[in-house]
Amino acid sequence: MSVVKPDSGVLSRPLKWINERYQLDHLLDFLSHKSVPQSSHFVWYYLGGVTLFLFLVQVATGILLLLYYQPGEATAHESIKYLISEVKFGWLMRSIHSWSANLMVGAAFVHMFSVFFTGAYRKPRELTWISGFVLLALALGFGFSGYLLPWDELAFFATKVGTDIVGVLPVVGDFLLVLLRGSEDVTGATLTRFFGLHIAILPGIFTLVLGVHLLQIQRQGMSEPEEWKRLPENQRRTMPFFPNFMLRDVLLWLVVLNVLAVLAVLFPWELGPKADPFSSAPAGIRPEWYFVFMFETLKLLPAHILFLEGELVGILFFGLGGLLWMLVPFLDREGKWGLPRKLLVRLGAVIVAYIAIMTLKGYFL
Amino acid sequence: MLGTAAVWTFSVPIAPKVVAQSGETHPLPENDWCITCHAELEDELARPVSLFTRDVHLATGLSCADCHGGDRTAEDPDVAMDPHKGFVGNPGPLGMPKFCDRCHGDAAFMKEYNPGLPVDQYTKYLTSVHGQRNKAGDKNAAQCASCHPAHDMKPTNDPTSSVYALNIPNTCGSCHADSAYMASYGIPVNQFAGYSKSVHGRALLERHDLGAPACNDCHGNHAASPPITGAIANVCGNCHAFNAELFARSPHKKAYEERGIPACEVCHGVHEIHQLSVENLGDGPESICATCHAALDDSRGIAVANVLKAELTKLDGEYDRADSLLTVAERKGMFVEDAQFKLKDARQAIIQANTLIHAFSDSVLQIKVDSGMVVLASVAQAAQEQIDEASFRRFGLVIASLIISFVAIMLFLKIRDLERKRK
Amino acid sequence: MSEPVTRRRFIDYLLGGGLLAWLGVVLYPLFSYLRPPPVAEAQATSVKVGPIASVPPNSAIIFKFGRKPGILLHTPEGEFKAFEATCTHLDCTVQYKADWKLMWCACHNGRYNLDGINISGPPPRPLAPYTVHQKDGDLYVSREA
Repeated sequence: MSVVKPDSGVLSRPLKWINERYQLDHLLDFLSHKSVPQSSHFVWYYLGGVTLFLFLVQVATGILLLLYYQPGEATAHESIKYLISEVKFGWLMRSIHSWSANLMVGAAFVHMFSVFFTGAYRKPRELTWISGFVLLALALGFGFSGYLLPWDELAFFATKVGTDIVGVLPVVGDFLLVLLRGSEDVTGATLTRFFGLHIAILPGIFTLVLGVHLLQIQRQGMSEPEEWKRLPENQRRTMPFFPNFMLRDVLLWLVVLNVLAVLAVLFPWELGPKADPFSSAPAGIRPEWYFVFMFETLKLLPAHILFLEGELVGILFFGLGGLLWMLVPFLDREGKWGLPRKLLVRLGAVIVAYIAIMTLKGYFL
Repeated sequence: MLGTAAVWTFSVPIAPKVVAQSGETHPLPENDWCITCHAELEDELARPVSLFTRDVHLATGLSCADCHGGDRTAEDPDVAMDPHKGFVGNPGPLGMPKFCDRCHGDAAFMKEYNPGLPVDQYTKYLTSVHGQRNKAGDKNAAQCASCHPAHDMKPTNDPTSSVYALNIPNTCGSCHADSAYMASYGIPVNQFAGYSKSVHGRALLERHDLGAPACNDCHGNHAASPPITGAIANVCGNCHAFNAELFARSPHKKAYEERGIPACEVCHGVHEIHQLSVENLGDGPESICATCHAALDDSRGIAVANVLKAELTKLDGEYDRADSLLTVAERKGMFVEDAQFKLKDARQAIIQANTLIHAFSDSVLQIKVDSGMVVLASVAQAAQEQIDEASFRRFGLVIASLIISFVAIMLFLKIRDLERKRK
Repeated sequence: MSEPVTRRRFIDYLLGGGLLAWLGVVLYPLFSYLRPPPVAEAQATSVKVGPIASVPPNSAIIFKFGRKPGILLHTPEGEFKAFEATCTHLDCTVQYKADWKLMWCACHNGRYNLDGINISGPPPRPLAPYTVHQKDGDLYVSREA
């Protein structure tokens, strides 16, 4: 069922027409050979696709929300209230958008850790790991900027606390703070800025980097697990990407879509009271769950460590940690000055455990 | 010497047990021998000096000799406290009212210090029970210094003053709640205790709501006496204007007057006034209406009482039903702000209906209750619509899930079929 | 050879049918969403109350502002003023009394002057003021930003 065969299938005429003008034969031929190794790690191959699907859901629901959302201090909250009460299925689009955002970040994390633990980041895929890490950072940026847009109490104060942290950096801290907020405090200017970030700047950059990430994967093919590579040639089982794996991908995406619908109907996203900059912060302000582990860590640090502010040490620690994590492919044994694989895996396990525990702590303690 | 010593024998006027030694202080005058000498004496004789720094008279430039007479410029006590120089000394409880009235009853004099201050306190005092007993020679009856501490007197708007609104119940209670002190007078001593538990007392003493009445708001300041039975409605009606107005037009007014029944008191009590409930209407065990109407065997009155109770109960019940429907809708994640807004009108109708009880008329109440019911019906309907919408969403979810599951199963079969074919 | 073909075609038809149904279940909410609701826009912190002629001098009207009632006065001197109409005593809705030229609360006789200040009765605080402006013959009320 190769698509390049000119006389089979209902799509052959249009494809032939395009092929005559753009000579896609080689490309299509190359793609048709893309295959997925079948091993015990098979299930993890789905996660990248799930993340991508959730991103597409975000784009679609985001565009729909854009038709009714009005940014600005006087109108943001009111427009969301209007959206969820007056617009038909507005509640659905909004809840799906909020839930999908969280699921996407979750899927991205799981995808990243599965790549880490299977060692798929190793040569020749070091840059794929880096582009993926950048995508994760951008996704977190999406989450942080989008969280403010309903302009409700919790969002306002969470943004205030979150952007305050930037101000702790020495030298550039105050400049960055004002740059981020559009003013000294979190105001309507911050809302405008975050809106521009959320619907234009970040989507643009994200699309570019996503394109790079996907191109890298298509060019290099799916990674092959060690245990699979150790098998003799005739025992290595693969599955063609088109159409077998892709159809399975679609099936999983259908299930994820259903999960989103269930979440949106049974656990609709709330809208708190409108933000009032002059009121005091309500109890229990917390950033979104994917920031909670950092937030909890900062809360644990003492006011001063040696001569530095405790918070600053925390930020530097996470910054450095992030940088090292991004450079993991070069720290692996296979690089020049690498760490043994076992050590890296153990470190990874500790990191996962730390994130899990600190996140749970933020919610239950 | 003996004369001055004799003057100092007195019974100590009861000092109000209130925030003493607090408030702003003023500097004592410098060339005043009264102050200079007494400051160096002991205990009781020096106390007035230390108290005086907080006194309102000092703040206006007056000092010892202005009230007590004598010569403040004389160092020699015999000269300074010479009756021929006008020295009066301590007037004692029986002489106190006239003593203060020398200035406070003089309109021309008071105008120079505080034109807004009344000058009829003494006249009023004489009409009061305190004043009459004082005139008859009772040293224990309250006089000026009993409530207004003689040497650290503060104006009524000073929160540390014994006659500041929040402190008045304590000031009156320092005598009237003391059963030993009041033993010989044969009147109850439970007023303060009752008042503290009442809606008025809790508003004033616990929530510091200065709109709530203290003793003087109903009994008067200087003309303090219990209100005449027939006048109670007038006194309460000063604040509770609507209730008084409705009552005056109700059948109860004439009935109470003819029977000498104290208007508001008979249902609401006098000092320990509590919030009443619907159970106090009708003819149930807690009914106040029944205490008269059952004894009179008045079937029509009982019938009206029952209607009043039934209507209020109906309104409250309907409000609760609408409110709980809204809560259900809200918990299902639905948007209920608009309906909650409408519910406020119903809340207002309930407040107004409760006031309308004082018309003691079923037809008057009916009108208000009906308008409240209309509002509640629309709120309940809006809430129900939201609940139905929530059910619709769940239904839609089931349909969508069924379709998606169907597609998923078909896709699964297709994959299996493709792969079987491939093999 | 025909049996597997028929079976495959059967699955194809069912799959196609299922996909169409799925498309329906996705497109129906989508198109309903795109159709603007009867009230075309979110109510901001500014509300159009109505034409100027609807509020003659020495009268007032009650309007809805967000989730609270508001009162718009046309004073005898010709000024337009607006306040939150929730009485600060026990949350009843105040009204305008033309003969007294005051705002008044029917529940417990609370009174407010034309600046919204509580002048008599139980209300402990003044009424929150709003700004009024006129545009194209209509009256608009907004909260201070």
